[in-house]
Amino acid sequence: MLKLLKYALYDILKSRFALIYTVFLALVAISIYQVSDDLSKVSLSLMNIMIMIVPLISAVFATTHFYNNLEFIELMLAQPVKRSQVFLSQLFAVIIMLSLSILIGFGLPMMLWGADSSLITLLAVGIILSAVFTGFAFLASVMTRDKAKAIGISLGLWIYFSLVYDGFVLYFIYSFADYPLEKATLALVMLNPVDLGRILMLMQLDISALMGYTGAFFQKFFSSSMGLLIAGGTLMVWMLFPNFFALRVFRKRDF
Amino acid sequence: MITVNSIFKKFGKLEVLKDFTLSFERGNSYAIMGPNGSGKTTLIKSILGMVLPDKGEILVKGLSIKGSNDYRKFIGYMPQIGRYPQNMKIGQLFSMMKDMRPEIKTYDLDLVEAYELDKIKDKSLGTLSGGTVQKVSAALAFLFNPEILILDEPTAGLDPIAVEILKSKIKNEREAGKLILVTSHILSDLEELTNHAIYIFEGEVFFNDSIESLKEITSEEKFSPAIAKLMQWSLKKKSTTKALTYA
Amino acid sequence: MGPYFRIFCLSLIGLLAAVEGHSAVIRLVPGQSIQSAVDKASPGDTLQITAGVYKQSGIIIRKSLTLIGEGYPVLDGNMEGNVLIIAAENLTIQGLKIINTGKSNMDDSAAIKFFDSKNCVIKDNILENTFFGLHFSNSSGMTITGNQIHANAIREFEVGNGIHLWKCKNSLISKNKVSGHRDGIYLEFVTNTKAEENYVEKNMRYGLHFMFSHDNSYIRNTFKNNGAGVAVMYTKNVLMKENRFEENWGSSAYGILLKDISDSEVIGNVFLKNTVGIYMEGSSRIQFTGNTFRENGWALKLMASCDQNTFKANNFTQNTFDMSSNGSVVLNTITENYWDKYEGYDLDKDMIGDVPYRPINLYSVIVEKIPAAVMLWRSFMVTLLDRMEKILPTMTPDQMIDQSPKMRPYDYG
Repeated sequence: MLKLLKYALYDILKSRFALIYTVFLALVAISIYQVSDDLSKVSLSLMNIMIMIVPLISAVFATTHFYNNLEFIELMLAQPVKRSQVFLSQLFAVIIMLSLSILIGFGLPMMLWGADSSLITLLAVGIILSAVFTGFAFLASVMTRDKAKAIGISLGLWIYFSLVYDGFVLYFIYSFADYPLEKATLALVMLNPVDLGRILMLMQLDISALMGYTGAFFQKFFSSSMGLLIAGGTLMVWMLFPNFFALRVFRKRDF
Repeated sequence: MITVNSIFKKFGKLEVLKDFTLSFERGNSYAIMGPNGSGKTTLIKSILGMVLPDKGEILVKGLSIKGSNDYRKFIGYMPQIGRYPQNMKIGQLFSMMKDMRPEIKTYDLDLVEAYELDKIKDKSLGTLSGGTVQKVSAALAFLFNPEILILDEPTAGLDPIAVEILKSKIKNEREAGKLILVTSHILSDLEELTNHAIYIFEGEVFFNDSIESLKEITSEEKFSPAIAKLMQWSLKKKSTTKALTYA
Repeated sequence: MGPYFRIFCLSLIGLLAAVEGHSAVIRLVPGQSIQSAVDKASPGDTLQITAGVYKQSGIIIRKSLTLIGEGYPVLDGNMEGNVLIIAAENLTIQGLKIINTGKSNMDDSAAIKFFDSKNCVIKDNILENTFFGLHFSNSSGMTITGNQIHANAIREFEVGNGIHLWKCKNSLISKNKVSGHRDGIYLEFVTNTKAEENYVEKNMRYGLHFMFSHDNSYIRNTFKNNGAGVAVMYTKNVLMKENRFEENWGSSAYGILLKDISDSEVIGNVFLKNTVGIYMEGSSRIQFTGNTFRENGWALKLMASCDQNTFKANNFTQNTFDMSSNGSVVLNTITENYWDKYEGYDLDKDMIGDVPYRPINLYSVIVEKIPAAVMLWRSFMVTLLDRMEKILPTMTPDQMIDQSPKMRPYDYG
C-alpha cells in the first residue's frame, strides 16, 4: 500500500496541475493579504475561496485524475496486489496533493503575514472539504464508465452542496419561520459538509456576534466539547462515507 | 494450468460470456481469436481478475482466483495500450513493479537490454512515443519470468526490429515450457507464435484445437484461409440458430 | 477721640473677627470624625481633610460647606451604606477618594448621594469600588467634573450606575471617567443638562442611558466597549455631537440604540466597530449629519416605525452591512452620503454618482424577516442572490435609496 502510494504520490506531485493549483492558491492568498489589513477580513475572504473554489477544483481534478489513470489502474490490477490498495493509493495521493497545495498555497502567506486560530481552522476545513469532494469524485468515477458523465456528476454534487442545498434550506426556513428553528438549522448544517465547514469558520471569528440568536445558539453548540465532537464526527462521516462507498464499488467493478 | 469453468458474464443486458469453459495447458501457446465483441478481452480480463464473472470459477494452478490476488504473480500481462503515469520515469516504473513482487529477486532483463531501455530510464513516461511505451510494456510482462504470459496485441505499434525481438522472446519462453496466451489481429504473427487456436464467437467457444487440426478440419493448407473459413462457418451457424429460433 | 469712636472701632474689629470666624477653615486628620466636624461647622466653612484613611460612612451634610481633600484622603465606607449624604446648596466636594460603599440595591448605596440640592460642585474626586458612584435626586445646577469613577464588579446586578441623575436640571457633567459600573451615566427626568468630554468605557450595560430627559446635549464624549453600548429612550430635543461610539461588540450591543427619540440632532459622531452602529425604533425627525460609520456589523438598523429622519452627508465605510430595515415603506430621507460599497459612476464629474445607491442588500432584508436565515451567511448562494438583486432589484425597499451618493468620502478627520 505504502509502496503504491509512494509512486502515485510522486507522479501526482510532479504534475503541472499540482504546481498551478498551489501557485493559484498562493496568489489568491497574497492578494487578499495585500488588500485587507485586518486579519478577520483576511479570514473571511480566504473562507469564501475555501468553500467555493476548493471543493470545485477537488471534484473536477479528482475525476479527471481517476480517468487519466484508468489504464494504469488496470495494469495495477493485473499485478499481485489487492484492489483496495490500488484504490486507496490513488485516493490518498489525490487527497494528499490537494491538501499540500492548500497548506503551501495558503500556509506560506499566513506564515509571512500572520495568522490566528481561525486561519488554522480554515486550513483544516479546506483539507477536509478536499477529502470530501475527492470522495464524491471517486464515487462518481467508479459508478460510471464515461469520463464526461463522471465529471458531470461531480459538478452536480458540487452545485448541489454549495448552492442548491442552501436554496432548500432558505425555503425551509422561510416556510417554518414561525417555529423555533435553531435545532433544525443545526441539523441542516450537519447534512452539508460545505455549510458545516463554513459555520465552523464563522464561529471562529468574532463576526459571529452579528449572527443574532441563531448565531449565539451555534456559538454555544460549537464551543462545547460535545458540539465539537459531533461536528468533528460529522465531518469524519462526510469524509469516510463517499470514499467507503467508492471503495466498495471499486472492489466489485469490472475494468 | 488455467481452467475456466463455465463462467457467465453480462454487461448490462449484453451477455458476453455464456457458460464458457476452457482450459490452458503448460507448454502451449494459444491464439485467442474472434471478431470484435466476441468476448476475447472479457476472457483475458476475467483471468486477470479485472472482470469478475457473474457465475462459474476460474482456477489458476488449481486454485480458484476468486478473492485472491496472489496468483497474479505467476502472470505477466502486456496490455494492448499501455498507459502509465505521465510524470513517472521508466526507471521508477520498473522499481515500482519490482516493489510489488518483493519475493522475486531474479529478473529477466532480455527485453530491457534488447530494447535498450536502460539508456532512457530517466525519461518520463509521458514523453515517450507509442512504440517505446509498447517496448516498456513488453519488457515489464517478461521481467519476472512468469509461468503464464498474457499478451494482448503484443506487436501492435512496434517497429519491425522490435517485433522480431519480441517474437523470438515469445518463442523462447514457449520452448521453456510456459503457458502463453496471445490475441492479435495479425494472423501471420499468430501462426508463427502459437500452436493452438481458440476461436470465440458470441461468448462461446466455437473452435478449440491445435493449429494442425484446424488446417485439417478446414482442409486449408495455410493458416489465414483456415481462419477465414472458420469465420464463415461461425456466421452460418449464427443464421441457422436464428432460423431455428424463428421456426 | 471720644469713647463712642473707640467703641465703634472695637466693634468694627469685633465684626471683622466675627466674619472671619464665620468662614473658618477646619483641618481634619485621620481618626477625627468628619460627621462631628460637619456638625460643628457653620455654613460657609471649609473642611480641609488631610491625607490618610477615614473609616466612616453615612456622613450627613445639610449646610453649605466646602470639603477639600489634601493628597486624596481616603473615605472608606467599610462596605456599609452611603459614604456622604448631602442635601444642601452651594456645596463643594473636591479631591476626595471614596471607596467601599455598601452593595445594597435596597437603599441604592452611593459614594455621594445628593437630595434636593442646588448649585453644588463635585470635582476631581476618585471613586473606587462603589455601588453607585455619584447619585443625585431632585437637584439642580450641579457641576460634576473631572471625577474618576471605577468599579470592578463582575456581574451586572452587583453594581449600580457610575453617575446617576434622577429628576435633575441645569447641570453639567464633564470630563469624568466612568468604568465598571452597570450604566456609566444614567439620566432619568433630567433636563437642560450638558454632558461633555466624558470617557465612559467597559460598563456592564450601557455607557449612557437616558429616558424622559429632554433638551440635553452630549458633546465630545467617548463611549467605548460597554456591554450593550448606549441606549436612549422616550426623549425629544437631544443634541449629540462629535461623540465617539466604539467597540460595542456583542450579540445584542449597539453603538447607540434610539427608541422613541424625536426632534433631535446627531452630528459629527464616529461609530467604529460596533455590532450595530445605530439601531432606531419609533424615532422621528432626527437629523443625522456628518457622522462616520466605520467597520460596524450593521451601520444602521432602521425599523419601519421610524419616519421623517434625514441621513445626509455621512460616511459609510467598511461596514459588513450598511443598512437594514424590517419594513418596505420607508419615509426617511437618505441623501448625499458616501458609501464605500457604491459601484456606480460619475460621468459628469460633479462628484455625485449618476446612479442611485441601495444601501439595503437582499440578504439583510431576508435576515431581518427570518433571523434563522443568518446560518446561510457568506454562503455561495447568498453571494449570488445579492448580486442578482443588485442587477434586478425586486425585494429591497424602493424608497430606501440614496439618489445622490458621493464619489469620495467626506473628510471628517
